Amino acid sequence: MDERILKLKEELESKVSEAADLMGLDAIRVGYLGKKGSITSLVKGMKDLAAEQRKTFGAEVNKLKEYAAQRIEERTEELKKKQIELEIKAMPKFDITTPSACSCGSYHPITLVQRQCERIFKSMGFTVEDYSEVVTDYECFESLNIPKHHPARDMQDTYYLTNGQLLKSQTSAAQNAILRKYGPALIENGTPIRAIFPGRCFRNEATDACHENTFFQMEGVMVDKDISISNLIYFMKTMLSEVFRKDIRVRLRPGFFPFVEPGFELDISCLICGGTGCPSCKHSGWLELCPCGMIHPNVLREGGIDPDKYTGFAFGLGLTRLAMMKYGIKDIRDLNSGSLKALSQFTDDE
Amino acid sequence: MFLSMNWIEDFVDLSGLDKLDLIHRFSLSTAEVENEIFFKGKDLSAVVVAEIKSVEEHPKSKKLHLLKVDAGDGQLTDVVCGAPNVRVGMKTAFAKLGAKIGEITIAPRDLAGFTSFGMCCSEAELGISDDHSGIMEITDEVATGTDLKSVYDIDDIIFEVDNKSLTNRPDLWGHYGIAREFAALAGRELKAPELADLTVYDDLPAVDMKIEDTLCKRYSTMKVENISRSVSPVNIRIRLFYCGMRAINYLTDLTNYLMLEMGQPMHAFDARKVEKIRIKRFDKPFVFKTLDGVERNIDENTLMICNDNTPVAIAGIMGGLDSEIVEDTTTLTLESANFDAASVRKSTVRLNHRTDASMRYEKSLDPEMTVPAIARFLFLLRKYDGDVRVVSRLTDEYAVKFPPVTLTFDQKFVDRYTGISIDGDTIVKTLTSLGFCVEHSGDEFSVKVPSWRITKDVTMNADIIEEITRIYGYDNFEINTTRSPLYPVRMSKVKSDEERIKDLLVKKFALHELHSYVWAYSDELKALGIPVEDNVKLANATNPNIQTLRNSIIPTQLCQVKLNTAYSPEFGIFEIGRVVKGLDENGLCDEHKMLAVTLFSKTSSIRDLYFRLRDILASMAANIKHSTLTFVETAPAHSYEHPVNLNKILLDGTELGVMGIVHPTIGKNIDKKANIVFAEIDVESFAGCRDKGIHYDEPSKYPTMEYDLSMDIPEGVLYSDLKECWEKEGGELLKSASIVDTYDTDDIHRITVRLVFSSPERTLSTTEVQAIVDKVMDNLAKKNVTIKQQ
Repeated sequence: MDERILKLKEELESKVSEAADLMGLDAIRVGYLGKKGSITSLVKGMKDLAAEQRKTFGAEVNKLKEYAAQRIEERTEELKKKQIELEIKAMPKFDITTPSACSCGSYHPITLVQRQCERIFKSMGFTVEDYSEVVTDYECFESLNIPKHHPARDMQDTYYLTNGQLLKSQTSAAQNAILRKYGPALIENGTPIRAIFPGRCFRNEATDACHENTFFQMEGVMVDKDISISNLIYFMKTMLSEVFRKDIRVRLRPGFFPFVEPGFELDISCLICGGTGCPSCKHSGWLELCPCGMIHPNVLREGGIDPDKYTGFAFGLGLTRLAMMKYGIKDIRDLNSGSLKALSQFTDDE
Repeated sequence: MFLSMNWIEDFVDLSGLDKLDLIHRFSLSTAEVENEIFFKGKDLSAVVVAEIKSVEEHPKSKKLHLLKVDAGDGQLTDVVCGAPNVRVGMKTAFAKLGAKIGEITIAPRDLAGFTSFGMCCSEAELGISDDHSGIMEITDEVATGTDLKSVYDIDDIIFEVDNKSLTNRPDLWGHYGIAREFAALAGRELKAPELADLTVYDDLPAVDMKIEDTLCKRYSTMKVENISRSVSPVNIRIRLFYCGMRAINYLTDLTNYLMLEMGQPMHAFDARKVEKIRIKRFDKPFVFKTLDGVERNIDENTLMICNDNTPVAIAGIMGGLDSEIVEDTTTLTLESANFDAASVRKSTVRLNHRTDASMRYEKSLDPEMTVPAIARFLFLLRKYDGDVRVVSRLTDEYAVKFPPVTLTFDQKFVDRYTGISIDGDTIVKTLTSLGFCVEHSGDEFSVKVPSWRITKDVTMNADIIEEITRIYGYDNFEINTTRSPLYPVRMSKVKSDEERIKDLLVKKFALHELHSYVWAYSDELKALGIPVEDNVKLANATNPNIQTLRNSIIPTQLCQVKLNTAYSPEFGIFEIGRVVKGLDENGLCDEHKMLAVTLFSKTSSIRDLYFRLRDILASMAANIKHSTLTFVETAPAHSYEHPVNLNKILLDGTELGVMGIVHPTIGKNIDKKANIVFAEIDVESFAGCRDKGIHYDEPSKYPTMEYDLSMDIPEGVLYSDLKECWEKEGGELLKSASIVDTYDTDDIHRITVRLVFSSPERTLSTTEVQAIVDKVMDNLAKKNVTIKQQ
């Protein structure tokens, strides 16, 4: 073998092995295999050799060339691997337990409970309606079978306004408008009226941990040809079981509200003790939750619906009460307090 | 209202039945019973009737006496007693050793050197009245040694019914009506009360009485003389006491007893003061002293009972002081009347004086009840005072009658309303037990409503459903869903936009939703230096701080910010709530649903905070309406608005609201160092804006070309001015323009904008893009913008 080739091979071997990084290795590659590289110059010098000699020499140079390329390739892979290892080593270890700085917004608890109720009723084909807070005496009382000087007006301390209107004392104030809005479709096409209308109500009374002058209710009505008391109980039980995500027992007691006949007070089995009796339910096992009943014929009639042909039920669920029960809020005043300490805790809830 | 089980059992035999269970069923079928039930007499045992055989002064005490008492056990017992009314021969209630009175067990006890082997008791100590003036006086007829409980109705179950749940049941304001419910629930018979026969007095002269005003529907009266009894029998006093009334004198007690029994308020006048009864109103207001000694202002709307022209009672509310029963009254004129419910109600409101009688009258009592009540009164009066003499016939004027009500319906009606099947026999049985007269043939029912239910309560078929179902028991209902068809439900735009806004603000911008009140709290606003702006007011607020409705949520929100300054150095709050912006052309409140957002920060610059708010609003428009907002500078209209950087917010030309910075005066009252910005938009206007929707723009397959323009912007030139320069020239080929760098010093305001060009059809050439850019630069130069060469 040509001595030059041997020498070059040895030299290349040691240089490639010593190459510390890819840049250095590339310089070595250029030094041997580049246009002006030492191996390339060997090829160039071949033209001076005799034909016989040239053939042998050429074969050896080619071998060297292949060998060089292979060695550099191998070394490249080694170096790349080494570099990744270094990179991995260089990665610092993070303390995952440091406090996270995620900032969460919050919904008002009423929004959460309201959405839960709305979702349940929407899934059962109810539309969700919105209604104003300032209403007329007609909307809040007259249309609901509560004429002037009816003792039922005593049951609610209403805020009257200087222009003769009033702040609605009950979401039922929207009933007449809802009946009038959807009545024609019921009469003409047989489309049942199914609507809920959540809203804010106002009562002129002193506030304490259990009483607020401003609170939320959700009224619901359903009117069709054969709506029955049995249906009413079904809807109330289903809805409340969904809201509390457990099987809720309900019971009806007679309750007097001029806009329903028969009217009921709906109690649910106590959420704390399940009905065996505890301080939260005053040892009765039941919690009074929701007035409801069959819509009074006069109210249907006033809404343009013939009570001889159609029947319906209505209920007035206390959303504020529900939110308090669901989240264990003891003081009703916390809800309108505007205090972020209390209210920022209500991130989303299913 | 308190109810006595003994009293109820006067009219219905409930023997063998669980009373507590019946009370529970009453609560589920009739009216709400309060949780606490009182077992009277439960804590009283071994109290007997005893006779005081001797009385000696206690040597060391002026109050105490030394008694020897015969308790019927064949010996005399030494008792030390402090009561002032002790005397030899008196019979009294005696608690023997070992007796229980409430928590106390009687044991020998030393009193100033003498031992007492038992205790003589007052009625108050026994828990049967509030009389503790002395020990109980017991009539001579009762044998000594008799257990007190076998003499008097001390054992009783008392329960309380929530008055509110009786609002629509005028028939349930007395024990007799309640007994009817128990009879129906228990399936037992209701007994008629024992009445005096009034026809035997038909030949006696009438009472001079005349209804001169039909606010009095009926007036029944009788005159009785030679009344000798002044103290009521013990059992009557016990019942009155258990039901929450004080015993006063025999006649007054009897009228009260009748009211609690029949539900009919009655009044006993001293007949010497009332000879010519006239029921009328007066033309002029005057002052009248009621029997409680209070002078009351009577106006021309108040119905009065008069002795000719002298008022003697406020009809249905309270008698007068001058005509009340006094110690020497022996002749009485009895009133059993019926007055217009609304009139009584209005009068009680005007007088601000509600009585047991008015409470009942305002429920619309059954006028049929006045005469039986008199017959019952006379029966009882004579039962306990045999010498009384009736000196008039029943004098009764029935001015206004309720028309009779007969309802007809069929089985199908009941089935449809209930959703279950209650058979015809059950319907008949139920209604009959409640006093309805039912005719039933085939599927048809014809029901005559009893007089005590027609005054307001049962007037139509739906009312009958309640009668049937409540006695049937709602717990026994089979529960079924409806058979109504289902249709798709579409939410209102306002409602769905509102929910999307909330989600965006909470989830993307970490804002907190708060609620507040629809009125302005003047004291809180005053503390911040924000005057309450004139608006519609509450006419009857009891709290002087809440007189005026709010016309914006922002002032309330600033109060909330103030409350929360210590919560966090930086936070944002929002509310979707309603405000009233004065009156509309019809005089009705101009109500708007508004979204208010306020950001507070002690750490961010005012510029950053301002733009954060701007971007929140822009994000709403982009996410929900696929659109962009525009802003127009505006002048402040409210005390809390900073005059600089106040902008109207517009979407597609619709004015939505305003955003700005809080006025420094008010800001400093909230927090000296913090920055506060606010925005308020009309949610209904926002919802009314068209959602431009998603328009898919197919990405170009050809390369894009970018061109960065670095510009020094002179003062007064807005970004929107620059934007015009490239939008005009870029046309369809300009895909986007975005700020990639900004550089600000005191003198220089420099921004670098990257223009991105592309065509959907071809690769753009450098020359054509350069040509556009050149024109853009020319436009910019005209606005004195200096382009920095890259």
